[in-house]
Amino acid sequence: MKPFTFKTVLITGVILAAIVWLLPTFFNCWPHKKINLGLDLQGGMHLVLEVQNIKAVEAEVERTIQEIKKQLRKEGVKHLGISRLKDNSILAKFQGDENKSGFETVLSQNFENLITQKPQTDNNIITYKLALPEEEADRIKKMATEQALETIRNRIDEFGVSEPDIRIQGGDRILIQLPGIKDPERAKDLIGKTAQLTFRLVDDDVDVNLAINGTPPVGDEILYQNKYNPNSGTSTKIPFLIKKRVLLDGSLLTDARVEFDQFQQPQVGIEFNRKGARIFDRITGENIQKRLAIVLDNSVYSAPVIQDRIAGGKARITGSFTLNEAKDLAIALRAGSLPAPVKIIEERTVGPTLGADSIRTGLISMIVGGLLVILLMVTYYKKAGLIADLALIINIILIGGGLAAFQATLTLPGIAGIILTIGMAVDANVIIFERIREELRSGKTPLASVIAGFDRATLTILDANVTTIIAALVLYQYGTGPIKGFAVTLCLGIIASLFTALVLSKNILVFTLKNKQVSKLSI
Amino acid sequence: MQLIKSDINIDFIGKQKIGFALSLILILLSIGSLIVHKGPNYGIDFVGGTLIQIKFSQQVSVGKIRSGLSNIGFKDASVQNFGHDYDYEFLIRTSNLEMTNKGLSQSISEAIKASTGIAPEIRRVEMVGPQVGEDLRKKALLALFYSLLFITIYISGRFELKWMLSGVTAGSLMTAVYFLSVFNVSIAVLITAALVITLALFWVLRLKYAMGAIVALLHDVLITVGIFSILNLDFSLPIIAALLTIIGYSLNDTIIVFDRIRENIKGLKTKDAFPALFNKSINQTLSRTILTSVTTLVVLVPLYFLGGEIIHNFAFAMIIGVLIGTYSSIFVASPIVLAAIKR
Repeated sequence: MKPFTFKTVLITGVILAAIVWLLPTFFNCWPHKKINLGLDLQGGMHLVLEVQNIKAVEAEVERTIQEIKKQLRKEGVKHLGISRLKDNSILAKFQGDENKSGFETVLSQNFENLITQKPQTDNNIITYKLALPEEEADRIKKMATEQALETIRNRIDEFGVSEPDIRIQGGDRILIQLPGIKDPERAKDLIGKTAQLTFRLVDDDVDVNLAINGTPPVGDEILYQNKYNPNSGTSTKIPFLIKKRVLLDGSLLTDARVEFDQFQQPQVGIEFNRKGARIFDRITGENIQKRLAIVLDNSVYSAPVIQDRIAGGKARITGSFTLNEAKDLAIALRAGSLPAPVKIIEERTVGPTLGADSIRTGLISMIVGGLLVILLMVTYYKKAGLIADLALIINIILIGGGLAAFQATLTLPGIAGIILTIGMAVDANVIIFERIREELRSGKTPLASVIAGFDRATLTILDANVTTIIAALVLYQYGTGPIKGFAVTLCLGIIASLFTALVLSKNILVFTLKNKQVSKLSI
Repeated sequence: MQLIKSDINIDFIGKQKIGFALSLILILLSIGSLIVHKGPNYGIDFVGGTLIQIKFSQQVSVGKIRSGLSNIGFKDASVQNFGHDYDYEFLIRTSNLEMTNKGLSQSISEAIKASTGIAPEIRRVEMVGPQVGEDLRKKALLALFYSLLFITIYISGRFELKWMLSGVTAGSLMTAVYFLSVFNVSIAVLITAALVITLALFWVLRLKYAMGAIVALLHDVLITVGIFSILNLDFSLPIIAALLTIIGYSLNDTIIVFDRIRENIKGLKTKDAFPALFNKSINQTLSRTILTSVTTLVVLVPLYFLGGEIIHNFAFAMIIGVLIGTYSSIFVASPIVLAAIKR
């Protein structure tokens, strides 16, 4: 048998390729692609967020109501209240024919996209029910998710995480993977912040405490300021009566930075663009001696009295921030607000020490299991067992090379998958060797037995492995995170073991037999 | 070396009644335990909740951790030792969800520090919302169902050369499950129904090998789940991975036996000789059936003992699966094929 047949070249080629792919994981060399470790091995955070994008629809409906009211004011049409219902439809009430026709003109001219039901008349009051078209609501929801994804990506980029993975996971869910994150709580806080910044007037005409006990006046709401007392370590909640009308919001920001006041307390300085600066200039000029509240995500940060018109479009958000809190708020404001609040619906965080422990215990059990199998094969099948052991070691190299070449992720269940394939890889050899023994007993020569053994066992081995691959593929399709890693190593392991058993072992056995003309087979 | 002699001749078919009785007892115990415990002991992956793994630098009593937790209102939290005693590691489980309580792991950490005097290291936090848990449960069931189905198609295709027939059967079952699941029919009910229909179809269509294989697989999965339920072990995502692997792997032994049966059956005409032939086939392949399982067990046992707590139950499920799978390939799969042939 010639040493350079097509088969031997193929076998060496495959093994060499696997070694080349595997080397960068241990040494710094070409092709510079290490095996990716999953979050459960290197530590990190896996989050699934649900964008409550129905809130974005609500906001759009509210905006539409304001628009309608504005147009009605312009046209001099009087209404008896326009409000949003729970199902996000709009209820508008009118009295008198001229108001009715005026409203209908406004609707047909400016709001023809709204679906209008036939008006109901009751006691001379005409009631209209309007709604956003279904497609429009779906579009808003979809936009909200995409925008949230973009915003979160910007925030994480600024926060500084290497190789984050952020993507939409079906409908309104966003999957975030942050490998090696040091401070998961802080990252979660930053990601989950809606960062809805608004400037609104404080209603000083009514006493807050009266409003708390009764109902707040129309157009007002009660919001609280969290005051932290560093001396006692407690925080108190101070109520404010805030007008619902938003004078200016965070969408017109150009910059947000951490600054320090004269006591070296961190605060966040913000800067508006030209339009924002003009609005800020106007509202401060119109409301001198009134209190302007800075409201962030429905809590009041400060409500200073406007002393004078403020030009230049700069403002400060003060509060008892720690430096990190101020930094994160600045990041969130720069990256923009989320179009709708998000809710964390799944979290899996693994600390770096646990990841390192998992790698260690995984490797230990792999080595112990591997050595036991190697011993078992040598004692049971003698020299043929050695060939099986060689095949096993090459099998592991192939799995590693495959992981690196396909840039698959190795997880803790993935390591378990490799360990399992160590046990399964020799199965193929067991099936072949048992068959060869059987053929030998029937009186065939060693070479004929080996060839017959492989021929008859091949189909059985293929069948047995196809069923395992089917299960692994289904698992890959339905599995998440670490479990996917298990499916990957299992698939790679099975393919590698088919190669090592049916191609490699066979050729080594046939090669040794043909060259030596042995009359007895050590099996 | 040879542990199982080549001339071994055990009357497996003659003992099939003992096998059936044993399987029946195990299955009844499993179903009984599942009924008593109201289903598997689902981990947070499938029902939602929070799991926190903490580690201390020295010995801390479970009671102190518990009192710290109840101080912040987590009365339902369970605290248990995790891993070796000298690791000082604990697992806290609560149905509270992080999303309702911002910074939950932080407040837990502070509360435990206050009650024990030692700041714990938070090593792992897993929080699964109820919606996600339900999705994962659905996905897990579907994964089990599809892997069973695809494997059955393969088996009936390969062994009976009835690719079309089994393909069409499986295809219509999949479509039915898909459409009904859109209409919010409970997936568990749906899949049970689909499996019963599959078995009935295989019986009617005389897909005997496929039926033997799928009955053996169901047997293996049910008993593994049952043993988990009896021992009250956590049923989590890795266990589903183990079950799927068992479905794929435990068939290996069955296929070896089936292959030999088909090899021996060629030319045989009289039905009377079948029991002897089945026996011969099982005995001829006995050494490889047992050895392949032994090599797999040889790696699984170190994984069970040394692989760390997180992988512990996974390894356990695999060990049970391999053992039951080996048993069922001899005592369940082949007798059923024999019964189907004799019919």
